[in-house]
Amino acid sequence: MASDQRILDDLTSKEYEHGWSVDIASESAPKGLSEDIVKFISARKGEPDWLLEWRLKSYRKWLEMTPPEWANIHYPAIDYQSIIYYSAPRQKASPKSLEEVDPELLKTFERLGISLTEQKRLSGIAVDAVFDSVSVATTFRETLAELGIIFCSFSEAVREHPELVRKYLGSVVPPHDNYFAALNSAVFSDGSFCYIPHGVRCPMELSTYFRINAANTGQFERTLIIADEGSYVSYLEGCTAPMRDENQLHAAVVEIIALKNAEVKYSTVQNWYPGDKDGKGGIYNFVTKRGLCAGDHSKISWTQVETGSAITWKYPSCVLKGDYSVGEFYSVAVTNHHQQADTGTKMVHIGKHTRSRIVSKGISAGKSQNSYRGQVHVMKRAVNARNHSQCDSLLMGDRCGAHTFPYIDVENSSARVEHEATTSKIGEDQIFYCQQRGMDEESAVALIVNGYAKEVLNQLPMEFAVEAQKLLALTLEGSVG
Amino acid sequence: MMLTINNLQARVGDKAILRGINLSVKAGEVHAIMGPNGSGKSTLASVLTGREDYEVTGGDVTFNGKDLLSLSAEDRAREGIFLAFQYPVEIPGVSTVNFMKTALNQIREYRGEQALDAVAFLARMKEKMKLVEIDQSLLSRSLNEGFSGGEKKRNEIFQMAMLEPKLAILDETDSGLDIDALRIVATGVNKLRTPQNATIVVTHYQRLLDYIVPDFVHVLYQGRIVKSGGRDLALQLEEKGYDWIKAEAAAV
Ligand SMILES: Nc1ncnc2c1ncn2[C@@H]1O[C@H](COP(=O)(O)OP(=O)(O)OP(=O)(O)O)[C@@H](O)[C@H]1O
Ligand SMILES: [Mg+2]
Repeated sequence: MASDQRILDDLTSKEYEHGWSVDIASESAPKGLSEDIVKFISARKGEPDWLLEWRLKSYRKWLEMTPPEWANIHYPAIDYQSIIYYSAPRQKASPKSLEEVDPELLKTFERLGISLTEQKRLSGIAVDAVFDSVSVATTFRETLAELGIIFCSFSEAVREHPELVRKYLGSVVPPHDNYFAALNSAVFSDGSFCYIPHGVRCPMELSTYFRINAANTGQFERTLIIADEGSYVSYLEGCTAPMRDENQLHAAVVEIIALKNAEVKYSTVQNWYPGDKDGKGGIYNFVTKRGLCAGDHSKISWTQVETGSAITWKYPSCVLKGDYSVGEFYSVAVTNHHQQADTGTKMVHIGKHTRSRIVSKGISAGKSQNSYRGQVHVMKRAVNARNHSQCDSLLMGDRCGAHTFPYIDVENSSARVEHEATTSKIGEDQIFYCQQRGMDEESAVALIVNGYAKEVLNQLPMEFAVEAQKLLALTLEGSVG
Repeated sequence: MMLTINNLQARVGDKAILRGINLSVKAGEVHAIMGPNGSGKSTLASVLTGREDYEVTGGDVTFNGKDLLSLSAEDRAREGIFLAFQYPVEIPGVSTVNFMKTALNQIREYRGEQALDAVAFLARMKEKMKLVEIDQSLLSRSLNEGFSGGEKKRNEIFQMAMLEPKLAILDETDSGLDIDALRIVATGVNKLRTPQNATIVVTHYQRLLDYIVPDFVHVLYQGRIVKSGGRDLALQLEEKGYDWIKAEAAAV
């Protein structure tokens, strides 16, 4: 309706809140990608030979690959030679304590609402902060170390726990998995590493915060989480980037391994710069996230709130290998203006009695395109596998698109796979009802959208849920009538 | 005068629906509006509350000295106009509690009042729940989703109690209510009456007016108020139907 359109138009004019950048002296690799650059990165980080070899092999693999073309996204070909693959804030090689971290950097994170000073953090969330290509600080390490939990930057893990890294790196997402995973494997700069020992329930949320600051720089972080038998951890990931006219590439890989009886909950609030309202600039977000339920009765649960990025290409998946293992995927993906999102999940049922649950809530506004792409694959051995998928799309206005691509592939007749999908429009009736109770249009839309996404938001840790709600409202500001 | 409607005309698309409504409501009064299906009762409520589908083509409305038609829908609500909808809308995932908290605090902000804290809000809720005898479990569910017809209507009156409007318009709040619920809702409405507020009751049935006793009864027909009177007019309508009114209107 005409008035819907008007609300949509007003709501879409809000600017990105984290669009500032700071002047921090940084040290960068020259532009472009070659074996020399791969060697440069590896040398910068003082890596062992086996890792350099791994990178080079990945790089050579990548050279033979082509970017995937099956996703419902459109963008000009990326010039991989115009990207800077390594940029690090100039500071001591690896700060031993917060005192050694550049105060400007600490301030940057403060400004984002992330305090790295432990005594200030009442909320009890341990944070690993990644700025451009490197991890700058990890908090609460001693507390965690007492329980045998390792939570540190990826580079540090390579130095201090090479046996763990070597055993698991690439075990869930092999370098040749896809084009962007191969690229990441060649040039990944840093990221977070986490190991929860046998029988330990991690007493606090672990969190990684990613910030792209430098211009023309790609961010390629790598996260590896290993939950040993009977352990539990809840992990959060957040991210922002400055406003820039050019597109910046983000190609991360996250690997999770859950051993017998272990449970990992991974939550993301993705808020990379989405570009302006005319579609200029914004992050290209090509991310591979996969968890392996290696042991019996293990569980991996992905929750994502995707509001940022010009392009999102992302399918957090679960490989359910252990018998009775459980995979979950809860997603809210909002697109506005010219954003494009092609996101979903893959649940691969290998073990017996494996269960998976998919709840996807897409919200499209402006001229954006929002696609859900999901695959449920039940292999021969997976007796009694169960899946339930619920994919809902909410449209705001009539210039955006919502698409659903569910693929179901069942090789065992005892499996039960259910798929439900709905598409709805945010109703003028609903908005008027709210207005008649004294709410303005924006609050009405925020309320309706948060209600729509509630099942997913409920999965987030409390603090994050509040953030996510605000973010949803902010993303849609100016977009409904 | 709280509300003055002067020669109000409105249409949807090409169709003229309100064709010159005149009505004045003073604080403390209850007005009943009756009339056959499709005569424009809900349209009048929609136009007064600022629904955009309806285009005002003539006339004016003054509410407590303000030009009502120039205000946005939400500002009309914030000025104290409340509509109990004939067909309340479902909002999945949003509880009545959350809905009311958002509404109430926006209204308070408009009026320059502090937001209610959780304790004060809860206290107010408990008090109003009693008034309309509504169950807390209903208020925690998604607003109107899967509510029975009667539950929806009762929830509307609960919201009215929470927001304490100056002018409440009840659009067929009695339809769909069983006899006990009707009494409870009507009693609630009566308890909310003060010398400072007013109520417009849209109904088809005299029965509601036994509980909520009107000072005036108006008959709306083909977009005009064709007859006004006291509560005995409602009794007459109950007995004789609308034919005589239609005949009178045709004769004019
Ligand atoms: N949005 C609309 N689009 C088209 N016609 C409309 C619209 N709203 C109302 N009308 C028409 O206007 C006339 C008056 O409708 P309205 O709902 O105001 O009647 P009412 O008096 O409330 O009837 P009832 O007693 O059945 O509730 C009807 O003919 C109706 O079909
Ligand atoms: Mg009606």
